[in-house]
Amino acid sequence: MSVIALNPKPDVPVKTARETAESRALRETTPTQWFPYATPQQRERDTRENAFSFRGISRKFGDKTVLDNIDLDVPAGQFIAVIGKSGCGKSTLLRLLTGLDKPTAGTLTVNKGENDENRTRIMFQEPRLLPWAKIAKNVEVGLTGIAKGTDAREKSLAILNEVGLADRAEEWPSVLSGGQRQRVALARALVAHPYILALDEPLGALDALTRIEMQQLLERIWLQQRFTAVLVTHDVSEAVALADRVIVIDHGKIALDLDIPLERPRRHGSPELARLEGQILDTLFGEKSG
Amino acid sequence: MKSTGQSILRNGTGWLLPALIILLWEFAARTGLISPNVMAAPSAVAEAFWRLLLSGELVRNIGVSTARALSGFVIGGSIGLFFGLANGLSGLSRNLTDTTLQMVRNIPHLALIPLVILWFGIDEEAKLFLVALGVFFPIYVNTLLGIQSVDPQLVEMGRVYGMSRTTLFFRVILPGALPAIFVGLRYALGIMWLTLIVAETIAASSGLGYMAMQAREFLLIDVVVLSILIYALLGKLADSFARLLERLTLQWHPAFQTA
Repeated sequence: MSVIALNPKPDVPVKTARETAESRALRETTPTQWFPYATPQQRERDTRENAFSFRGISRKFGDKTVLDNIDLDVPAGQFIAVIGKSGCGKSTLLRLLTGLDKPTAGTLTVNKGENDENRTRIMFQEPRLLPWAKIAKNVEVGLTGIAKGTDAREKSLAILNEVGLADRAEEWPSVLSGGQRQRVALARALVAHPYILALDEPLGALDALTRIEMQQLLERIWLQQRFTAVLVTHDVSEAVALADRVIVIDHGKIALDLDIPLERPRRHGSPELARLEGQILDTLFGEKSG
Repeated sequence: MKSTGQSILRNGTGWLLPALIILLWEFAARTGLISPNVMAAPSAVAEAFWRLLLSGELVRNIGVSTARALSGFVIGGSIGLFFGLANGLSGLSRNLTDTTLQMVRNIPHLALIPLVILWFGIDEEAKLFLVALGVFFPIYVNTLLGIQSVDPQLVEMGRVYGMSRTTLFFRVILPGALPAIFVGLRYALGIMWLTLIVAETIAASSGLGYMAMQAREFLLIDVVVLSILIYALLGKLADSFARLLERLTLQWHPAFQTA
């Protein structure tokens, strides 16, 4: 369970608008120092091609520049968190990635996975379940054009089992709690084994305890399936608890690009997490004085 | 789940008041409080019912009226559904037809009766036309409203998951619009009977309305009351049928869940 996707970014220089001394020091620390158990195979896996790249991506709405010349490469299998104040363009970034929106300038490359694995899935802030479809049927929506009939049913039951809701397969969404509905939405997003999973503040509306449960579930499934996860959130502690790498977007630019090379499972409230959290908050709310 | 006994009791309570009214009415008629020229006693109405049932006149007239009502409903309802769906799904279609339809909607369709009689005489077409016209608007307006109120977030979700336009329509848009369509359906059923009664009372040579008008000519007040009661029952029957359909298709809706 302690396998961690490292983040060497071999051929692409990290572009950080404002890199603090601390984050540079963190990045320059050799990975083996952090993870003596990281085997060559694992490193090889992580130097795979990029799952997606943004090259000079801008998005303007009228006069307002929401994303300004963004360069971003995300290696396959990485868990990246995107943080920013509301209105900073982080959701726009996800909508560009999932094809719900088109950039004003720049090129966006989304690589294909093996075979027909080129599936970018998005999990929204709201569960967005079809109220008129039973839970299993809702999960099968994730297999639209991929599987049908009993095959789809089996797959949906398997993934429902994974999120702990197999016994609710034949119920209506209206009888589930908020957290359960969001788990169904997660199952729907995962049932087709996405190559990239975009998460748009999916835990924002949940209560604190349910949120921690969901974070653990998300981490567990990510460790199993190893998709590329892009988590947009405004919760800094959630970002550092889950992600391999955190980027902070401020005024349409990447203000910080920070690796989180901590062992999993991470314990909430540990000093390392707190330190990284502080560093991110400093970037968000102006440079620290000392 | 409620036990059957409880559900019979619950359904039964709705009939308590009508039963009481009938009892009081019979009592008032028997004691002479109500003159037989004004209102027939329930027992007289029951006699009339039996008489007309035996002669076959009642069944034939109910059959004629029901056939008219339903065919008018099917014609008007399907045209209304068609325009509602088309205008809900396509902005072009809405821009093209909605203004016209809204103008026509504001004409009371019963005001067209003189014109309709001139066009079609007192044949079947006249009644079909009026019923279809009356049924059209509640179905049209509510279908359009239903489609426009489908959650855009769900539509976006369907698109992201690669649903084709047809799949999106049948899996997301139509089920989302269904509760509103049912509201339209129930309104339409009410208007269907209303229109038919008026049309048959004014110009017809068969049907329940005709039966009532004939009875009035001969001062058969029991038959007049019988016709009115049958209309009430038919209306209730149509509404119950719509509710049954609603319950079957809207099981997902929290308002229709019985657990």
